[in-house]
Amino acid sequence: MSLLAVQGLSATLGRRRVVDGATLRVGPGECVGLIGPNGAGKSSLMRAALGLIPAEGARTLGGEAAGRLSPVERARRAAWLPQEREIAWALSVEALVALGRGPWLRPGRGPGPADRAAVAAALARMDLTAFRARPATALSGGERARALIARALAQDAPLLVADEPTAGLDPAHQLSLMETFAGLAAEGRGVLASLHDLALAARWCTRLVLLDGGRVAAEGPPRAVLTPERLAAVYGIRARLDWDGEAPVVQPIATLRPVGESGPGSPTTDC
Amino acid sequence: MSEAARGRRTLAALGVAVAALFAASLLTGPAGLTLGESLSALLAGEGEAAVLVMREIRLPRAILGLAVGATLGLSGAALQGYLRNPLAEPGLIGVSSGAALGAVLAIHAGLSAAFPLALPLMALAGAGLAVLAVLALAGGAPTAGGGALTLILAGVAVTSLCGALTSLALNLSPNPFAALEIVFWMLGSLADRSFLHVQLALPFMVVGWAMLATLGRGLDALTLGEDAAASLGVRLGRLRLLAVGGVAASVGAATAVAGAIGFVGLVAPHLLRPLVGARPSALLPASALGGAAVLLAADVAARLLAPGQDLKLGVLTAIVGAPFFLWLVARHRRGLA
Amino acid sequence: MLAAAPDAAGGEAAGAPGPGSGVAGADRPGSAAAPERVVSINLCTDQLAMLLAAPGQLVSVSRWATRPGASNMVAAAAELRANDGGAEEVWLMKPDLVLAGSFNDAATLALLRRLGLRVAVFEPARSLDDVPERLRRVGRLLGREAEAERTVAGFEAARASAAARAAGLRRLPAAYHYPNGYTSGAGTLAADVMAAARLENAAADLGLSGVAPLPLEALVMLEPFLIRTRSLADTRRGRAYETARHPALERLAALGGATVEERRQVCGTPFVTLAVEALLDARAPALAAAR
Repeated sequence: MSLLAVQGLSATLGRRRVVDGATLRVGPGECVGLIGPNGAGKSSLMRAALGLIPAEGARTLGGEAAGRLSPVERARRAAWLPQEREIAWALSVEALVALGRGPWLRPGRGPGPADRAAVAAALARMDLTAFRARPATALSGGERARALIARALAQDAPLLVADEPTAGLDPAHQLSLMETFAGLAAEGRGVLASLHDLALAARWCTRLVLLDGGRVAAEGPPRAVLTPERLAAVYGIRARLDWDGEAPVVQPIATLRPVGESGPGSPTTDC
Repeated sequence: MSEAARGRRTLAALGVAVAALFAASLLTGPAGLTLGESLSALLAGEGEAAVLVMREIRLPRAILGLAVGATLGLSGAALQGYLRNPLAEPGLIGVSSGAALGAVLAIHAGLSAAFPLALPLMALAGAGLAVLAVLALAGGAPTAGGGALTLILAGVAVTSLCGALTSLALNLSPNPFAALEIVFWMLGSLADRSFLHVQLALPFMVVGWAMLATLGRGLDALTLGEDAAASLGVRLGRLRLLAVGGVAASVGAATAVAGAIGFVGLVAPHLLRPLVGARPSALLPASALGGAAVLLAADVAARLLAPGQDLKLGVLTAIVGAPFFLWLVARHRRGLA
Repeated sequence: MLAAAPDAAGGEAAGAPGPGSGVAGADRPGSAAAPERVVSINLCTDQLAMLLAAPGQLVSVSRWATRPGASNMVAAAAELRANDGGAEEVWLMKPDLVLAGSFNDAATLALLRRLGLRVAVFEPARSLDDVPERLRRVGRLLGREAEAERTVAGFEAARASAAARAAGLRRLPAAYHYPNGYTSGAGTLAADVMAAARLENAAADLGLSGVAPLPLEALVMLEPFLIRTRSLADTRRGRAYETARHPALERLAALGGATVEERRQVCGTPFVTLAVEALLDARAPALAAAR
């Protein structure tokens, strides 16, 4: 049973088709990396798949047709970590992380021992236990990002969908985040994350999905997707690829065409 | 002390303050009754003149002070939470200005003189129409990131329009006395309100409170933004309707009987936010109690500072509210320095 | 909602019963006993009551009655308790009759009725004929009909003497000017005062009625006998308060005008004849000197 499956998914933003007939599947134990240039439609695809924006096409979450799920049921099956790291009020880090328990709380009841345990575990996993009482708005950018990830972890959903989760994190925290994702996959959960860092994607993702202009340009193991031809066609770059060694190296070297020029099928604005 | 325990302590302290101020409101007035006389008149019905003073003059006034204050505090906290903006206040979505316009038209047309309840009823109608206009302008379920902003813009537009029409009514008023009556009504007062006003306003206020009380969890989730809140299972369209509807019903009724009283809905949530760990759901009950305390205090002060004259509540809250903002600015600058 | 008692003559609003008041109508024909404790909360009813009440019958008047700029009976008012018109204060004085104006706070009037008090409400006077009507109504309410008739007779005599003075004068167009550009159009007490001084109300001829705005330009074009009002409220400055000092107005006033004290004509009391006299004095200084 897949955690997330979409078929022929299309979404329009304004008058532009940002996702065009995408088909994608995430199963338990998988860490799927969603890659593609700016404006390829990565965020839109994830949001459409979760039902946050209106879309056409078939969608299932945890095996059930997504249209038939209530918002709370949907929240219990998938946790969403948006790119905008909004924190409106100076909640304590612990209270912020506890927001992830929302879908599990009974109406009118406070958090129970299971909720508190989930929050504590999430804090520990993201190395935030020392910060639990601090106001979330007083954290540094990286700490903030970790707190928001902890919230998604506390939600304890089988699937975690994350939009550029490594942005703004220092290398150590980037690595430990990807380790966390790998750990979640190993537990039998699933992760779908959009990434700009191709090396991270290559090393930690079991499967990559390459998006270009709202369409799936390639899908498969990292080695199969990250070929020089693909990199040239979709990203317009020439890179040094080295698959042997402790970790894969994907190092961009030069652009092949002026940046910002539209290639076939790639919109010029960010999605 | 854990956050939850601190929150409970805050609520308890606020509850005590409200109870004390409610009692103070009951005991303030020109009658000069002693504590014993007041209590026996209120509870046991002894002392002919005193009984009517306590039960028909002071009690409705105290009840309205509590209810209107709680309404302003609660709706201020709800709107600040929903719009994710600490400068939001209940009047933002056009309710107060719509109610004022309705009341002003009642005075202008002479209806308020003919039929005593015409004024509050027309104020209620004005509030309702203003909110419907705002909802129609702002559209239905919010698209990602745009929902709060369009609501604010629509609210500002409707408030400006109602304000302009109110000024027009003042401008064209049949005589200077009517203009004065309008101006004084708009300054806000609880003087000489009777149980008729309580009966008119309280049902709407209670309905509004019930709607706003359900917002707690949704507002908490909104801390992370509309997108994340939707992903946590919050129905944004329903949240918006409950927030706007709750504010409209409760603040509309409050303005209908007490006039336009500002600052309470802005200041109470602001002051109490640090005491409840900034959680919007915890702020709702705290702000309701805080607003009730502030308004009861203002009403007592109005009667103590100018015993004979009707010192308008809106004037008092503005006199306290403005320096509060100066203090906020000073604190903000110190924080940045 | 407004119940006109049979003895209340045209156009006046009688006190209407509120919920729980148990009173059929404040103006009851042939009510048994005269009220013994009367409280007035309106400047106009204050003065009417002070004129007609028996000693000790009137317990309190509004604070306005003690203000020299507004009241014609400041000394008499000083002997009585002054009230601020609040329901609690009035209730505590245990009145058996409350006299009020239609511009008193509607909430206060409603609450007083709800408490079971008898409240008689008076609309503002709009003509000189309203004065005897009001005097008689207050007389009936206070059980002082004889006193009322005497006062009416005095008023009619003063009115007649003013009419005699005015008889020889030719009709002049005139207009009132109040601060902020208001005037008194048709159907106002001020208009009737003008008529009694054989002045034509130019504002009424323009179609204005009630206290209405009249732009300065329009006023100047009328070239009227300019009547402005004066209140003694500004005695701090050591001189009588003059309304807007626009040069155009000053020029107009130099051609011929009058100043009338506000307190004479803001209420429909017998003192309004003093306003007529003031206008006549201004029209014919020689006449005034001879008196």
